[in-house]
Amino acid sequence: MAATAAAAAAATTRRLRRLERAALQGVMVREIVNFSSFWRSSTFSSTVDPTIYLLAFGFGFGSLVSTVAGYDYIDFVGTGIVATTVLFSAAFPAMYSTFVKYEFQHTYDAILAAPVDVEELVTGEGLWIATRTGVYGCVPMLVAIVFGLSPSWGMLLVPEIAALSGLGWAFFGIFIAAKADKIESFSYWQSGLLTPMFLVAGTFFPLTALPEWAQILGNINPLYHCVELVRHAVFGFRGWVDVWHVGFLVSFALISWRLAIRFMERKLIL
Amino acid sequence: MEKESVAAQAESAIRLRGFVKRYGPITAVDGLDLDVPFGACVGLLGPNGAGKSTTMKALTAQVIPDEGHLEVLGFLLPDDSKQARAQMGVVPQLDNLDVSLTVEQNLIVFAHLYRVPARNRTAAIEHALDIANLRHRHDSKVDELSGGMRRRLLIARALLHEPRLLLLDEPTVGLDPQVRQELWALIDRLRSEGVSILMSTHYIEEAERLCDTVTIMSHGKAVAVGPPRALISEHAGREALEVYGPPDRLTEVEAAAQARGWRTRRTGTSIAVLHSNGAAADLEGVPRVTNLEDVFVLLTGEEIT
Repeated sequence: MAATAAAAAAATTRRLRRLERAALQGVMVREIVNFSSFWRSSTFSSTVDPTIYLLAFGFGFGSLVSTVAGYDYIDFVGTGIVATTVLFSAAFPAMYSTFVKYEFQHTYDAILAAPVDVEELVTGEGLWIATRTGVYGCVPMLVAIVFGLSPSWGMLLVPEIAALSGLGWAFFGIFIAAKADKIESFSYWQSGLLTPMFLVAGTFFPLTALPEWAQILGNINPLYHCVELVRHAVFGFRGWVDVWHVGFLVSFALISWRLAIRFMERKLIL
Repeated sequence: MEKESVAAQAESAIRLRGFVKRYGPITAVDGLDLDVPFGACVGLLGPNGAGKSTTMKALTAQVIPDEGHLEVLGFLLPDDSKQARAQMGVVPQLDNLDVSLTVEQNLIVFAHLYRVPARNRTAAIEHALDIANLRHRHDSKVDELSGGMRRRLLIARALLHEPRLLLLDEPTVGLDPQVRQELWALIDRLRSEGVSILMSTHYIEEAERLCDTVTIMSHGKAVAVGPPRALISEHAGREALEVYGPPDRLTEVEAAAQARGWRTRRTGTSIAVLHSNGAAADLEGVPRVTNLEDVFVLLTGEEIT
């Protein structure tokens, strides 16, 4: 490659591969620098919403029932709430920010004119949102500690679980954005899929309280697997069941990842 | 002697042969041939909808061709486009800067994307800001910059990795005449430093001033290729006669000129008799030097204002 002449002194002449670290890093640096200018509003909406749910359900239901599925209600909801935060801080920002970036800011046009491909772009965006979600995911749980949830060493695994779930939801959100022609189409996804999932995840009440068909649907809900895993991390793992939960979340992330790339390519490459 | 890379053997920075792009029933580019020799500045000229933007997008593989051979810096597109993009800079028509970030932050992001090594990043950013004359606005937020400064920042962003090829998509569209002059000086300087440039524009004067050769596009095809002066003398002659008068008079002149085999170009209040080269004095007009706009209008049938 040395022969590409002096003119190319600074430009990269080595062979570029797929999923280059520098490209992922570049995409993430952009997000991080941008985040420094809007972290307040983003942190507010990602953490205050779930905290309100926590307090409303905690005080509301908590006064009616003392234990649910063998847990104190504050323990039950204080751990389940992590999944709600994951949804709020991964899926929704991924949907809206992706849409705004390709439709209004033309950010992706700029990035794809550099030596970055759609796969790297989508992966970088997903990794950054997942990292953020890992941190945000813990906030309502910390609030729950103030209201009586007992701290445990297993809580140290909660950011990782939230990040893994967040990765899947971030890619799923990007996929939704890639499918949407206009921002109004998000309503169908939100009301038709995300809201039901948010309720049927075992966060506020156990799935066993539901009819059998809803329980089956609950079992294919990634949020349910996140809820179970968080509870087990905090109160004690249950062996193979948790391997299944991790496996489900990993598969969800992988499938959403490929879907997001596929549909973003259709959107961005004409 | 080390084994030479494909890029080093390429004769042109850009080489397109028979490039076709269709969007459903619409053919946006219809068999375009285009060459940008190393070190040259080439203009892609055409009215809106001629296929300029589609062509520019294809050069970064954001548009995938339906047919044709596309080569940039010796790399075949679309498969090896990423490799080509590592050595080229792109200045888009639509401003896609991050407006809430500072000038420097915008450049830091692209220094990463362009793989500028960490130790050279600061120097590369300073250098690009110098070229674009933006050093004093280092810490300004983008939304505090004027339109001209934002365009210069877009150019600086495209130069961070010292590319061998620069694509400029309508670089001065929507700018004041004075700001446009500044940008022309900047582009001219880059060309004199040996950067190969492909520039799409619909400002004729821009192409005439900056480009070594121009390709005039119409309906997705190249209708003329050559240095601006050569195209002018070939298609419009040395001198034109501009005749002013009421509509009836203009129609008369038009008929008289065409009867003698001269081509004419009608504008609102006048008619230009081209190719007359002084022989049309009897038509009582004002002689003027022909320009690229005459050629453009003759070939594309579209008036530019």
